[in-house]
Amino acid sequence: MKRWVAWALLLGGLSAVSLCVGATSIFTGQLDAGWLLAISRFPRTAAALLTGVGLALAGVVVQQSVQNRMVEPSLIGTPEAAMLGLLAITLLAPGAAIVTKMSVAAVAALLGMALFLLIARAIPRHDPMLLPIIGLIYGGILFSSAIWIAWTTDLMQYLGTWRLGEFSGVMQGRYEMLWIVAIIAVLLYAIADRITLLGFGEAQARSLGLNYAQTRGLGLAAVAVITAVIVVTVGYLPFVGLLAPNIVSRWRGDNLRANLPVVAALGAASVLSADILGRVLRPPYEIPAGTIFAVFGACVFLWMLNARPARRAHG
Amino acid sequence: MPGRHGAPMADRRVLMLTGVLFAAALLFLTWHLREPMGFILSLRAGKLAALVLVGAATGAATVLFQTIVGNRLLTPGIVGFDALFIFLQTMLVLVLGGVGFTQLHPNLTFLGETALMTGAALLLFHVLLRRGAEDIARMVLTGIVLGLLLRGLSDFAQRLLDPSEFSILQFVTFASFNSVETANLGVAGGLIALAMLGALRLAPSLDVAALGRPVARGLGLGYDRVVMQALALVAILVSAATALVGPMTFLGLIAASLAREVVPESRHALLLPAAAVIGAITLVAGQFLFERLLGQQGALGVVVEFLGGLLFLALVFGRRRL
Repeated sequence: MKRWVAWALLLGGLSAVSLCVGATSIFTGQLDAGWLLAISRFPRTAAALLTGVGLALAGVVVQQSVQNRMVEPSLIGTPEAAMLGLLAITLLAPGAAIVTKMSVAAVAALLGMALFLLIARAIPRHDPMLLPIIGLIYGGILFSSAIWIAWTTDLMQYLGTWRLGEFSGVMQGRYEMLWIVAIIAVLLYAIADRITLLGFGEAQARSLGLNYAQTRGLGLAAVAVITAVIVVTVGYLPFVGLLAPNIVSRWRGDNLRANLPVVAALGAASVLSADILGRVLRPPYEIPAGTIFAVFGACVFLWMLNARPARRAHG
Repeated sequence: MPGRHGAPMADRRVLMLTGVLFAAALLFLTWHLREPMGFILSLRAGKLAALVLVGAATGAATVLFQTIVGNRLLTPGIVGFDALFIFLQTMLVLVLGGVGFTQLHPNLTFLGETALMTGAALLLFHVLLRRGAEDIARMVLTGIVLGLLLRGLSDFAQRLLDPSEFSILQFVTFASFNSVETANLGVAGGLIALAMLGALRLAPSLDVAALGRPVARGLGLGYDRVVMQALALVAILVSAATALVGPMTFLGLIAASLAREVVPESRHALLLPAAAVIGAITLVAGQFLFERLLGQQGALGVVVEFLGGLLFLALVFGRRRL
């Protein structure tokens, strides 16, 4: 059980740093420390942790569902689909409650993934790198239609905030939706074994007694809700869902019941680190965590692509 | 020689395309022309020149690139050429500062950037192409992610800039045909024309290079030299086009695919002009349609990306591979 302690220490340490670092010092600043922590620092830290957990888990589920290690929601157009849904509800019912907006975004994300799965079925599986290429182009098509809608209706600014994950706007009262991610994480842990079976492919999973369609539907619905919540509250961060599961599976194999917590913890730690880094690089200005992660994640992905042994990448 | 009967017909088709381009250009210039005619005409002529240059450069660059890579689905934009240009431009502003950047003569900065871009592209993509020859999907994915990385780095660097410095950069990061940089039209036009001539002179070698490295070398072609030359031409054409309007990922795919339909033989002496003219027609007719008839000024870039993306997916499904 030593691993648990190590992870707890790491996350605790990062959280402590995150609580202390910011534009105003909590020790010597003019603002009341307790008030500052409650209103801004704690929500921000929690938001980063929850976002990391959600993105990492979403990555695992997507990878198992399409049996390909090279994808994650943002590489198959899911956030873009959610943005299209958000644009639609913003245009049709501008005053809708945030819960309504989020639900519409989740439904749109689910539709986007369903369409991608249809497309994915039509392409051959012999080359694992074909799928992310198709996914990126698919996401690009969805995004250019989103740009076009946003452009003609003056909503470009919204699109910018949904696409670029950052935590500087997180305050008490503005992030609580993210706790939905925690609930979904628990639910996913409950069906972790079944998600592992998804990765065997339909025929084998069925012969092991899995209700394949139902399990995959459930998993992807979870991904859709996670994506929608994150896009609405803080904006999407690329690559988290790709890196966390890949690093963990290289290191500990593929037993999800044992690995899901580790994947979640790694996602949380990396997003929080990116946010802290963004705060300290050029104070008092901030660099969005999404920007930092785009650079870091792309570097690791490049390394994954070219340094990995010529082993088959799905499974 | 294959296509001996077809050749005159294909020649005629390229001529006909050129005629269509002239008609489109004329329509673009004279549609609903009112007083003050001179002013409106000069405004429209500047825009028309930019559209033609960008379309032609992108179309020709894509045909060149597809021949070097040996794949008819790829464009320089897909593997991150224009991201490289934006990154270099950002770095220049960051290093020189916004004031230093604007004090330089625009033509001078433009030429410098193009030279830098050519060097960087040769370095980067030569390594990539050499390694990717046997594994095209890995090469493409590496290129795409490299593009994402460069875009991320540009975003990151732009966060370090002052807002006034940032505004200098903004126009290159987003494809727009309304804010064409007319200061660079002359230089860009000259460069593009030179690069096109170079491409046409290279055309016979490219025909041989298209057979693949082993065959081409067996036939006595200095394959690697031709690839380097073609890559340099691609870099020049892409930087000129990106500097004028911003990044366009899929325009070249549309132009090159249509050109291969229209000119049903693989002689580059015909394929290159055909792709260039079709690229230009696409932009001129498209801008005419969206700006004049539909009244949506900003839409063309996005619509081209949308249709080009669909075309890419359709082509992948047709071939069942990259």
